[in-house]
Amino acid sequence: MQLLIQQIVDGLAAGAIYAALALALVLIFGATRIVNFGQSEIATFCAFLAWQLCEWGMPIALALAVSAILAFVLGAALFQLVVRPVSRASVETVVVVTLGLFLAFQALCLWLWGADQRTFPALFPAGGWIVAGVRLTAYNMGVLGVLCALALSLAALFRFTRLGLGLRAAAADVDKSTIVGIRVDGMLMLGWGLASVVGFVAAVLVAPRLFLSPIMMAPVLVYALAAATLGGWTSAIGAVVGGLLIGVAESVGATFLPFIGSELRLLIPLALTLAVLLLRPQGLFGQQMAVRV
Amino acid sequence: MSLLQVRDLYAGYGATQVLRGISLDVRAGEIVALLGANGAGKTTTLRALSGLISARGQMLFDGLDIGTIHPARRVALGLAHVPQGRGTFGDFTVEDNLALGAYTVASRRQIAIDMARWFEVFPKLGERRRQRAAWLSGGEQQMLAIARALMSRPRMLMCDEPSLGLAPSVTQEMFRVFERINLEYGTTLVIVEQNADLTLRLAQRAYVMETGEITLQGDSKELLVSPAIQQSYLGA
Repeated sequence: MQLLIQQIVDGLAAGAIYAALALALVLIFGATRIVNFGQSEIATFCAFLAWQLCEWGMPIALALAVSAILAFVLGAALFQLVVRPVSRASVETVVVVTLGLFLAFQALCLWLWGADQRTFPALFPAGGWIVAGVRLTAYNMGVLGVLCALALSLAALFRFTRLGLGLRAAAADVDKSTIVGIRVDGMLMLGWGLASVVGFVAAVLVAPRLFLSPIMMAPVLVYALAAATLGGWTSAIGAVVGGLLIGVAESVGATFLPFIGSELRLLIPLALTLAVLLLRPQGLFGQQMAVRV
Repeated sequence: MSLLQVRDLYAGYGATQVLRGISLDVRAGEIVALLGANGAGKTTTLRALSGLISARGQMLFDGLDIGTIHPARRVALGLAHVPQGRGTFGDFTVEDNLALGAYTVASRRQIAIDMARWFEVFPKLGERRRQRAAWLSGGEQQMLAIARALMSRPRMLMCDEPSLGLAPSVTQEMFRVFERINLEYGTTLVIVEQNADLTLRLAQRAYVMETGEITLQGDSKELLVSPAIQQSYLGA
């Protein structure tokens, strides 16, 4: 029982990271109906920027703030310069473009910083607590706390602010948004910038656990894509729940199903997603999408 | 001086030219009807004016050449458009729809005052303020679309076939609202309609369109009794 609870706690912390990246994916999908396969590598690039600023002697908090701003600008610029020109093209074209972003940013990181693993500054203290025999590390609790803060501030932005209302409207209907006076392109740029910041947060949470490296986020992207699919691509709550579920399923499954072990654990989230989609094609929280032909 | 002055306007979709050089004038405080059969170019005219499609020709709104102005800014200048069909955000609440209508209004206080006023004019919207727009009846959705447009405090309100799919009694109620808005707030109205009889009784002047051109114009009381109109639109 204790082992199970331990695995659930560890799984939630891993899941929080998948959830953060899934949130970024869902933000962009909601606004532009595009799956941004480059999200993880753009995030890695921004985490490298933060690391580089630290190396140059900037305090970590300032380095993170500056990199978050750069992440926002980068996301907005990528939308305006790379994605918007092809946004009316076929789905296949757009997929190739965002896959191109994935490759381009991974290559950029390798070129600038090499393939060596770097040690990212610790964001949370090393210790932890033992509660009823279950080990709660400060890192795990910190990651969960950051995810909660991230999800709540996004929810507040979309629910309670005029900017959030405009972002939701621009995602819902371009023509109707235009005739109420919303600059839709500007909103979509903001959405991409925001998603880029959220992805950056995910990368910063991963980096201290694994070491910073150009390929550290690629597996996280697989999990995040599974999480977004599991939750239904149109729902932010779905992305969070999906990410946490996948983290827990992976951790519990790898421990309690003897035939899986560490080799097959990557398959657990995919199997879970497949099972849910068979029962609920729109995902757990997604809305059924009508396709107009 | 005209509030809206259009000269030689050409517009269309892709290679298809719909408007073939139309000219029209709307004076401040006036109610003008734009009549014509399906496909005559009425909707295209409104879409060109609000900037949803690009157009060639001159469009002066209050003396400003709005052809070169971003569509979102035209709303701030006082040009409001209620598009054909369900001009509302279906997944958004009634309140959110009205808040979106006031997207160009900076003062929160003014937004609250305006919202309260339109809830008074459209009591059913007030009762359902927290419901999603898609759950309202067809008539209520059209009222919401009009109230949404009025939230931007327009000087000119353009309505595209507001009576489409509505019961006659609801249509009459809506036209009474148009009259009231025009009288109380001096809002200029441009109404595109197939229901020529009712519209001509409300409007002071009218333009009739056919295949992308304006073929007839004049005082609506005179048009109401003109043989050409009687034959084509009033089924006499």
